[in-house]
Amino acid sequence: MNRTRLMAGAALAVVAAVSLSACAGSSTPSSTAETSAKTATSAADLGGMDALVKAATAEGTLNVITLPPSWANYGKIISGFEAKYPGITIVSANPDGSSADEVAAAKAQKGQSTAPDVFDLGTAVLQQNLDLVAPYKVSNWADIPADFKDPAAKWYYDYTGLMSIGYDSSVIKTPPTSMKDLLGSAYNGKVAIKGDPTQANEAASAVYLAALQSGGKADNVQPGIDFFHSLKAAGNFLAVTPTQATVASGETPVVIQWSYNNLAWGAAGGSSGNANFKTVVLPGTALGSYYNQAISTDAPHPAAARLWEEYIYSPEVQNLYLASGAYPATLAAMQTSGTVDKTVLASVGEAPASFVQLTADQASAAAALLKSNWAAAIG
Amino acid sequence: MTAIVAAPPVPVDSISDAGVLPRRRCAAWLGLVPFSAYVVLFLAIPAVLAVASGFFDSTGDFTLANFAAYTNPTILGNFFSSLWLSALTAVVGAILGALICYAMLGTRAETGLRRTVDSASSVLAQFGGVMLAFAFIATIGTQGVLTKWLVSIGFTTNIFNNFNNNGPLLYQIPGLVIPYLYFQVPLMVLTFMPAVEGLKSTWAEANATLGGTRFTYWTRIGAPILAPAFFGSLILLFANSFSSYATAAALISQGGIIPLAIRQQLTSETIVGVANVAGVLALGMVVVMIVLMSAYSVLQRRASRWRR
Repeated sequence: MNRTRLMAGAALAVVAAVSLSACAGSSTPSSTAETSAKTATSAADLGGMDALVKAATAEGTLNVITLPPSWANYGKIISGFEAKYPGITIVSANPDGSSADEVAAAKAQKGQSTAPDVFDLGTAVLQQNLDLVAPYKVSNWADIPADFKDPAAKWYYDYTGLMSIGYDSSVIKTPPTSMKDLLGSAYNGKVAIKGDPTQANEAASAVYLAALQSGGKADNVQPGIDFFHSLKAAGNFLAVTPTQATVASGETPVVIQWSYNNLAWGAAGGSSGNANFKTVVLPGTALGSYYNQAISTDAPHPAAARLWEEYIYSPEVQNLYLASGAYPATLAAMQTSGTVDKTVLASVGEAPASFVQLTADQASAAAALLKSNWAAAIG
Repeated sequence: MTAIVAAPPVPVDSISDAGVLPRRRCAAWLGLVPFSAYVVLFLAIPAVLAVASGFFDSTGDFTLANFAAYTNPTILGNFFSSLWLSALTAVVGAILGALICYAMLGTRAETGLRRTVDSASSVLAQFGGVMLAFAFIATIGTQGVLTKWLVSIGFTTNIFNNFNNNGPLLYQIPGLVIPYLYFQVPLMVLTFMPAVEGLKSTWAEANATLGGTRFTYWTRIGAPILAPAFFGSLILLFANSFSSYATAAALISQGGIIPLAIRQQLTSETIVGVANVAGVLALGMVVVMIVLMSAYSVLQRRASRWRR
């Protein structure tokens, strides 16, 4: 009996050892072109755009991650890339994940062909993980305003929305004009945010907006937490994560989120949207937050990753961002050069002259405050 | 129960085991290797890695600082919610499931009804996660069929669209009881039915011959025999809802039970560098499960004793 136990144990140990050593293999670059693409900081380093397209087509694949099709027009942006470069297939992983999921995937899948090539990251997560991103300057680098990009070219802003209130006009008859309106009885059990603010940047931004609208400052978002405490006490806070589906069915009649998402879930969403879903950007202090584009240092398809960035900053894609209600980083330069789609700009509305964006320090102070006070406020 | 237990007869398999050649036994162990490999790769190693991550900080140095999570009232509150939710759904599910099993005793084993209930239970016990959540959103969500019907007959505010003045019941922790019971009851039927079927009709006849009533049959014979199996199933049900994640994740956006707290720590993009706290929370869950599973195996041993 003992001997058989021993044998079973040994068999298990052998299996475990073999399988673990099999996991430890690593991939090596197969050609010099790949190596040079890995370190290229501009298309010129590779010998121009044509050479970059050629190298990217040779790779044949691009891995993107956490890009929901209804978010900032990413569905059209991804299909546009595949139409423009037919030799490259885009693999889009975990569309509903968070910035933290992007970083986790990059770390977990390092050295594998499935690792993400490019990121679209929130600032807080990016600042913690600057060692994961590779410097690269797109050919129209000059079009991105100086304070929208890292001097070392490791990251660059791509687009921002404004925090807005989306509401189902068939349920809410009078449009909200202030955050205080949301405390009224008409909103009982109807106001949702995009998840847990201690987890999701977009949900946290709803709290920051409430802070700015209730006399708080970017340095102190406590008034925003207090606002949600009152919202919960009034019985108006709906603790379910809204999606395009819940808005279409009327399950979440009021959603505080980025304007481009509220717009996408409304009439612009076509058959999967809700035609009665309207978007309001409140008067007073507006809140925006640029997301950052970055290329992974361990990108399995370094040339395709760089081509993707070139594509993202081309006027056609910047206009696609704009069409979704997101203001792209090169908007000012596009307005100057006339490449902006004027009809789209007219329908979306001019970018606000000024909006608040939390600095990295303010964001970490706000996060610390959320960590200690949020759960108690809505508990 | 201080019954004098006769020495258990020697199990049949150990007698035949002695006659098997060692080489045959070795082959039998070899046959176990694929399954063992699977368990090690997909269960043991990930579990060890997950729990071990709790002992390191985000830079990879050894630390015990993550255990400070257990001084956080929010985390403790989440543990409390998890425990009462699991206990309640386990007890209610076990009682309802046992009643169904009792009702099925009256039917013969080979009838269509019994087979239908059996296969329905097998399917529904595994019906969880997003599908289950959406099934209940469509039924008792704010736009749910049942909710709308209640509104249409005059209950404009009812338990489903305003529970405890906190909005819809389904999106609060107490509301999780309803979808959880949906998979707890079938699981109880599945695990408890074999024990109920093990009741021999000869015992009922002996009881009747000796002048016992139906009542004494259940109190003196049925209940003592079924008790270990019942409590074993109860523990299994507790573990089942304690570890459920996907259903709650689809319904509740603000943490509230431990699996959701783990999600929050792992994927947070606002509070960075707390992913390792998830390992500590996982360890807490593992400790609860180890305690329960030890109790379960003790009960299993008791439960199988009388069949010899």
